Amino acid sequence: MSEDTHDSNGGGEHGMTRRQLMRHSAWFGGAVVLTVVAGEVISHIPGTANSAPASSADLHFVQVSDSHIGFQGPANMDVTATFADAINQVNSLGFRPDFVMHSGDLTHLSTPAQFDQVKQMLSQLDTDRVFTVPGEHDSIGDNGPRAYRQAFGHNTLGDGWYSFDTHGVHFIALVNTLHLEQLGHLGNDQIDFVRKDIAGLSSDTPIVIFSHIPLFAMYPTWGWGTDDAVQLLSMFRRFSSVTCLNGHVHQLFSKTEGNITFHSARPTCYPFPKPGQGPAPLPQVLPAGRLKDALGIRTVNYWQGNHALAVKDTKLA
Amino acid sequence: MVMNASSSPPVRRSRTVCLAAVAVAGALGLLSACGGSSPPKPGGALSPGPGQTLPGFPGASGTSGTVTVSPPPGTPSTSPTSGQPSAPAAANAVTIKNFAFSPPKLTVKAGTKVTWTNTDPDAHTVTSKQGSGGPLNSAALATNDTYSFTFTTPGTYPYFCSIHPFMTATVEVTP
Repeated sequence: MSEDTHDSNGGGEHGMTRRQLMRHSAWFGGAVVLTVVAGEVISHIPGTANSAPASSADLHFVQVSDSHIGFQGPANMDVTATFADAINQVNSLGFRPDFVMHSGDLTHLSTPAQFDQVKQMLSQLDTDRVFTVPGEHDSIGDNGPRAYRQAFGHNTLGDGWYSFDTHGVHFIALVNTLHLEQLGHLGNDQIDFVRKDIAGLSSDTPIVIFSHIPLFAMYPTWGWGTDDAVQLLSMFRRFSSVTCLNGHVHQLFSKTEGNITFHSARPTCYPFPKPGQGPAPLPQVLPAGRLKDALGIRTVNYWQGNHALAVKDTKLA
Repeated sequence: MVMNASSSPPVRRSRTVCLAAVAVAGALGLLSACGGSSPPKPGGALSPGPGQTLPGFPGASGTSGTVTVSPPPGTPSTSPTSGQPSAPAAANAVTIKNFAFSPPKLTVKAGTKVTWTNTDPDAHTVTSKQGSGGPLNSAALATNDTYSFTFTTPGTYPYFCSIHPFMTATVEVTP
């Protein structure tokens, strides 16, 4: 984001002035506290801060998003190179993430060649497992969803949704980029899947939900929301901790609604404007040398026995 | 959307949270102790949800070297020509600019071939609205790509961009 582009990585200086941080925090909405140091944004819900070092966490996973492999334009003249940088950064974290989730818009135009290329690149992530959810750019036309499922749909249900567990956390990966009218859409089949999927879970089980399009109304005018998300999220009110991680909006954004926290991730391709700034979510062309400040990866740490997860966003080095 | 002007500082709740954490640790312990079909996995291996097989695919092992990138097969590097003035809209042309179809309502006579040109840096489609049974079904149009369709039957043809479904417009075909 534009506010935290002022440090040169690793300098140990605060990435923004106090005033910028306050503005930043206000923008992020209530009840999510941010710590910004050296290009990292660490968010947590008040009272749940975990001062333990990340290396001691029981579970580490990484979210990357919006690589848009195949995009060509002045906003990023080499999306393949920036995505490779992101992968190298994950491989240099100093710990091996339990898994990496790509939260969609893997490709720009849903072509088999683009899916093939992004899958080859993802396979070079040093991790036990690579997961994906599709973006609307992976779902173009009649062939897009088919090509996505061919490359990434193995063992998924329905249009590509699934769930899995590790370290006592239940993860749900959703598809909300098909059957679009104005906004993202889940559909009754998928909502039924989730209903059955969580029926047997204790309310103390931490839940993480991945989707490409936000499950909260970030800016419906630009399609930044999901029309039937309320139906979905109402089923999660009984849980102590629900974390929704999405891409699509090409910028950091966090907010909390009751027991549910939403985090939009940085892309690895190019930023979009903030909601409503300008006529449309057009790829933003940044001054030379500033693009990587708007791109990044997200690491999430979890200590077993805690409710909340620690979400840390790091700029591309 | 409500956005509070200030975030509440992280105070006062730590004791409650500690207690909650202890309670949860107990609950989790119980859970894993009596957890259903599969034996508890102390290392926390990835396991699929109920009745599923694990999706995804393995990553690499070891941090050897940097990421290699094979060149995308057959992608010509046609960088979009910037600053090219958009041609004045003809009576049978629709320009896509700033995530909008212009004009949003085009009226043509039956038999007219309409051409859409995408001038945006992002990709768009020209797709008949779902349920309208319309004939428009373009591929994804990259910058400066065009799509044409000849309308032979009078009627109203609503369409949208299937990538950005908030972009909507219509073609009105008169006899």
